[in-house]
Amino acid sequence: MQMKEYDVVIVGGGPAGLTAGIYLARAKQRVLILDQGMVGGQVILTHAVANYPGLPELSGYQLASTMRKQALDFGCDVLSNVGILEFDFKKRDKYVRTETEEYRGSAVIIAVGGEPRKLGLESEKRLQGKGISYCATCDGDFFTGEDIVVVGGGNSALEEAVSLTKYARKITLIHQFDHFQGYAHAIKAAEANPKINFMLESDVEKFIGSQSLEGVMVRQKGNNDPINIRATGAFIFIGYTPSTGMFKGCVALNERGEIIADEDMATSRPGVFAAGDARRKKYRQITTAVNDGTIAALGALEYLSQ
Amino acid sequence: MTLPTNLKHIETEAELKSLIGNSENVMVCCGRMGPMCVPVYGSMEELEASGDYDHVEFRDMAFDSPDAEYIRDLPECKNFRGIPFTVYFKDGKVARATSSIQMKEQITEILNGVF
Repeated sequence: MQMKEYDVVIVGGGPAGLTAGIYLARAKQRVLILDQGMVGGQVILTHAVANYPGLPELSGYQLASTMRKQALDFGCDVLSNVGILEFDFKKRDKYVRTETEEYRGSAVIIAVGGEPRKLGLESEKRLQGKGISYCATCDGDFFTGEDIVVVGGGNSALEEAVSLTKYARKITLIHQFDHFQGYAHAIKAAEANPKINFMLESDVEKFIGSQSLEGVMVRQKGNNDPINIRATGAFIFIGYTPSTGMFKGCVALNERGEIIADEDMATSRPGVFAAGDARRKKYRQITTAVNDGTIAALGALEYLSQ
Repeated sequence: MTLPTNLKHIETEAELKSLIGNSENVMVCCGRMGPMCVPVYGSMEELEASGDYDHVEFRDMAFDSPDAEYIRDLPECKNFRGIPFTVYFKDGKVARATSSIQMKEQITEILNGVF
């Protein structure tokens, strides 16, 4: 197996990782950006980015592609769909091993981001693409004139439920708590929409259907008998979970699996920095990921100069 | 109507039929430029560039093109309710079809299995 050497290895190729790469490569560091999926991160899931300063409205795909090109143009090596088999960040030299290569870096930036949280039901996995979806703008039009459910109670669930009323005949919004976690304007818009019904304090137990979704079994708190709702579509928006499982025991994580880092993005492990949505923080935006990536890069540069 | 990817595109139904009629192994991803589709195109681009699948023709097709009706109406896709519709043709026949996002590992497993 070949060993390739870099000054900094960045794990994760979303806005945080790409920004860190751009800063480091511009500072003449040898940089590798590895992503276990598509380079671009969650931003490629965004249809329109309208509030990124200095740029007119553009798609998340366009923004991510531009960032990737910038990183490549400054000299970063960028690899996507890389399966990381193991790593060792304990010593001054840090190692990452993939199926085909081994990489050594003097510093590491973890910018693995997060992924849409799933309910974790067997029937959910089986019926994905056959009624169950995580993207309203992609799949909404398949359910024109039909009855569907939306699962979740945050901004995404509320806003996407309203957007799905363009297509669906009726929407039942299922949420596990007795109140919503969204902004007041999002709650108001959903509550004002006559096509949306609400089932609060309720959990999805099972999705029903063999070849495609036919209904949803829901259990309401305080009610022993589950309720079957007829629905041909189910859109799930229950937040994101940090993709940090593999780093457990390597750097300090909080109870939600988020990496604990200081204001310079330094983790509990010397020479290992964190940036982006995988880090413990309150606000997760493209701009805050870019901010994290910048600081992590500068922190790594300072570390390398010591 | 074509998609802005680095894959070769299929624009017409005639082109599609000609390809699957004249090629042993064809993978067609029929989608839009959305979050569920883009990762599939990306994986296809990488698999095509790897050289490990030179025996497979990789193509995309715009889901909203009228000519994509051939894919949309395939019996194997009748229960699909999520884009992209990805269809694997072996000797002119549908060998496998998937709906919604697929990761590179899943695509590789299908390619290795059916081709």
